[in-house]
Amino acid sequence: MPLAETTFTPWASLLGGGLIGLSSVMVMLFFGRIAGISGMAARALQMVAVPVQDWSWRIAFIAGLLAAPCAALLVTGSPVEQTVSDNLPLMAVAGLLVGFGSAIGAGCTSGHGVCGLARLSPRSLVAVLTFMASGFATVFVLRHLIGGSA
Amino acid sequence: MRILFGFASGLVFGLGLVVSGMADPAKILNFLDLAGSWDPSLAFVMAGAVIITFIGYRLVLARKAPLLMESFDVPSVKGIDLTLVGGAAIFGIGWGIGGFCPGPALTALPLLAPGTLAFVPAMLVGLWVGVRARKLAAPLSRLQKGA
Repeated sequence: MPLAETTFTPWASLLGGGLIGLSSVMVMLFFGRIAGISGMAARALQMVAVPVQDWSWRIAFIAGLLAAPCAALLVTGSPVEQTVSDNLPLMAVAGLLVGFGSAIGAGCTSGHGVCGLARLSPRSLVAVLTFMASGFATVFVLRHLIGGSA
Repeated sequence: MRILFGFASGLVFGLGLVVSGMADPAKILNFLDLAGSWDPSLAFVMAGAVIITFIGYRLVLARKAPLLMESFDVPSVKGIDLTLVGGAAIFGIGWGIGGFCPGPALTALPLLAPGTLAFVPAMLVGLWVGVRARKLAAPLSRLQKGA
């Protein structure tokens, strides 16, 4: 658990959020679908079977996601800054929980948090409040109760 | 055409994550750390994204059909059930441990941090197991509802 200091970036975050919103609107305009990344990944990899015309654009969308940090590097000349935990078993457990939870809960931060809230879906509101609460609780336990770096 | 527009949409989404700082798990974890080094940036990302999507969806969903598919396909499931709440709670625990959710994790993959390389394959396994579990549980919950 890296305790890296980060700077509060209200304008960059609002702008980046706006781009995420723009992308969600693009996906609805072009394809008539929710831009939820967990669902996108599950369908792109055919864990949830979809016909080919509903599959190819999802693969392309994921490719676009992967291209983004490379495009940012080309434009800014510096790699995207990040601090990722080097505790690999812990990161694998985190990944398992995130994948399993979003499949069971039918969505993640993008599907429920962006598209669902924008559609004023009560289910999505409950999901967002739940994962925010459990996220807050998890970080509190790891950083303040157990304390220090895991 | 679908591939081109799909790629463009994904690129805009990924750039949004990069610009907003959400490709950095440290910013997520600091957002979730109310009692410590709190960084409220994530709330601004959500606000920007939800406002644009709210307005854009109203314009787009007034159309008869999307541009490149025959019809709109938006979730119609209603009702709050245990899988929704339980799934979201499990998701939140993983999110609080790793600081990654699916979008940022995939976007951060080309940066090749070892933690990301451990997270993403595990996330896909978890997703696969979860999809299977839901399929297995579906007949059971229909049975409970007496349908």
